Amino acid sequence: MQPDPFKRLEARTLVVRQSNIDTDQIIPARFLTTTTREGLGANAFYDWRYTADDQPKNASPFPVAGAGDRQVLVAGPNFGCGSSREHAPWALLDYGFRAVVSSDIADIFKSNSLKNGLLPVEVDAETHAALLDRPGVAIAIDLEECTLTTEDGIEASFAVEPFARRCLLDGVDPLGHILAHDAQITAYEAAA
Amino acid sequence: MARSLFDKLWDAHVVVPESEDAPAILFIDLHLVHEVTSPQAFAVLEERGLKVRRPDLTQATLDHSTPTLPAGADGRLPYATEAAEKQVHQLEANCAKHGIDLLGLDDARRGIVHVIGPEMGLTQPGKTIVCGDSHTSTHGAFGALAFGIGTTEVGHVLATQCVHQRKPKSMRITFEGALSPGVGAKDMALAMIAQIGADGGQGYAVEFAGEAVEALSMEGRMTLCNMAIEAGARVGMIAPDETTFAYLEGRERAPQGEDWDAAVARWRELPSDPDASFDTEVTVDAAAIRPMITYGVSPDAAAPVTGNAPQPANDSEREAAEYMRFAADRPFAEAKVDRVFIGSCTNSRLSDLREAAEVMRGRQVADGVVALIVPGSEVIRQQAEAEGLDAIFTDAGAEWRLPGCSMCIAMNGDQGAPGELVVSTSNRNFVGRQGKGVRTVLAGPATAAACAIAGHIADPSQYMSTETRDAA
Repeated sequence: MQPDPFKRLEARTLVVRQSNIDTDQIIPARFLTTTTREGLGANAFYDWRYTADDQPKNASPFPVAGAGDRQVLVAGPNFGCGSSREHAPWALLDYGFRAVVSSDIADIFKSNSLKNGLLPVEVDAETHAALLDRPGVAIAIDLEECTLTTEDGIEASFAVEPFARRCLLDGVDPLGHILAHDAQITAYEAAA
Repeated sequence: MARSLFDKLWDAHVVVPESEDAPAILFIDLHLVHEVTSPQAFAVLEERGLKVRRPDLTQATLDHSTPTLPAGADGRLPYATEAAEKQVHQLEANCAKHGIDLLGLDDARRGIVHVIGPEMGLTQPGKTIVCGDSHTSTHGAFGALAFGIGTTEVGHVLATQCVHQRKPKSMRITFEGALSPGVGAKDMALAMIAQIGADGGQGYAVEFAGEAVEALSMEGRMTLCNMAIEAGARVGMIAPDETTFAYLEGRERAPQGEDWDAAVARWRELPSDPDASFDTEVTVDAAAIRPMITYGVSPDAAAPVTGNAPQPANDSEREAAEYMRFAADRPFAEAKVDRVFIGSCTNSRLSDLREAAEVMRGRQVADGVVALIVPGSEVIRQQAEAEGLDAIFTDAGAEWRLPGCSMCIAMNGDQGAPGELVVSTSNRNFVGRQGKGVRTVLAGPATAAACAIAGHIADPSQYMSTETRDAA
């Protein structure tokens, strides 16, 4: 399944300052018995949004209804650590996020996010600190330019793995790219 | 040019080299599959009309969603939910359709994916190994290049036997000196993560080296490599040596006869060249490591079990301390324990169970403490029962269960209750990981067993014979 192309996103931020937000927080393991990838937004950050007896928490940073116009999640360092569950980006996307910004995003989560059109944006510490202090700020993330700007003048650039960037911008299909090298794979197998 | 173990494995598996435009295409020698992260990958194959390219290099097992209690009087397994049962049947159907060998529920070799690979002899030095599971780093203990992947990549490997990868940076973590008596691989892992941080290994393939690593059994090496991901490193690996070869020789899927000799000759070439260079070098003082526990909600919040809870240094740590209810500057030993879990791909192997049994032998689990012992595989369960370990556990008042991931991920119904303090030999102390509101303390098997007996956080050394302490 190809993600929607990602070129430029204009939205607002939702800020959670905690470090080390792991994929068990993003989607608790008890929701992983699904055999599809749809509808996981209802369970995104479930235990942050609901009490132990499934009542909405008043103080949750995450609205019950979804991300709304706050499509950019700004989080503390080492976001997405832990389990490799791709359900994490599936849940965040379905909840309404299109990008995650942190100073430092865990490797497997980053890779999984890029494959699904959830843009992981790693920024320098100064930009990160400024964004953590501006919940709800209007932000533009431009993947073509690899820049991030806010309405109040924060400007930063970021790096995205070039192939993943091309896949997102141009709709290149990664599996198709590997399949196109079938002859090389066959030759490798023959030599092994 | 001098190459590291990692360089050699990388080079040997490049089908298409990486360029500025695209990552390398790497060939995968072994793809391990389980029920939780594979259904959506098989669905992509269906959608696109693709076949599994190499079922012969694919091994499936059932572990995450499976009950650890036997079938009831009605003959039905006590699945946590209908969805869990459906997920198990989905993998059975997918494997049958695509000709993939599955260790089914009645297979005498079934177990946790990172336990059965080594046990069957599938995990070997020099192989590339992937699985839709972050603890795939475990297999690096054999000198394999093993890493966790997401479900999209599971689909890529099913269809092409390859993954896209950029070559990560390299790090060597050298444990200098020998371990003290009574200190094990789990303590090394927790001490290492505390030293470099939960993201200290991010972007790196890590090689563990040094005297204390070489002295570890294969079980201990697996425990250490298993936890590499808790330091943020997808890859943890250890050079293969005589210990590795002795473990593998004669196993079902290991090379046999002349093939074995040829394989060992190849494997001897794999260790890092003496002058190989690494992007980052870290040393850990192995002799200084003590039995460790975690006190926070990230695996790097680890300290010696005999110590006091530290003062939180920032907001995240303050929140963690509040959740865990460890009072700053008070001994950990003051914390009452509600539940103990001994199991998981980190610490469910025979040596782990022996270590726990040594502490529990002839003693009783403290009143009010529930202790769950879950072997990593059917093979381990049978070996443990043949040695009478199950009787030691049940005589002590602990529960002896069927193999699976169980309370490590708590998606099969095995879990703690809100607010409970659980001492666990698993790998993650995240908020709610072992059940909503559960407070998880990570520890090695001896420490976990000691906590079960004491009813509070406890130093295992008081329960170990001198002989065991010296041998550990």
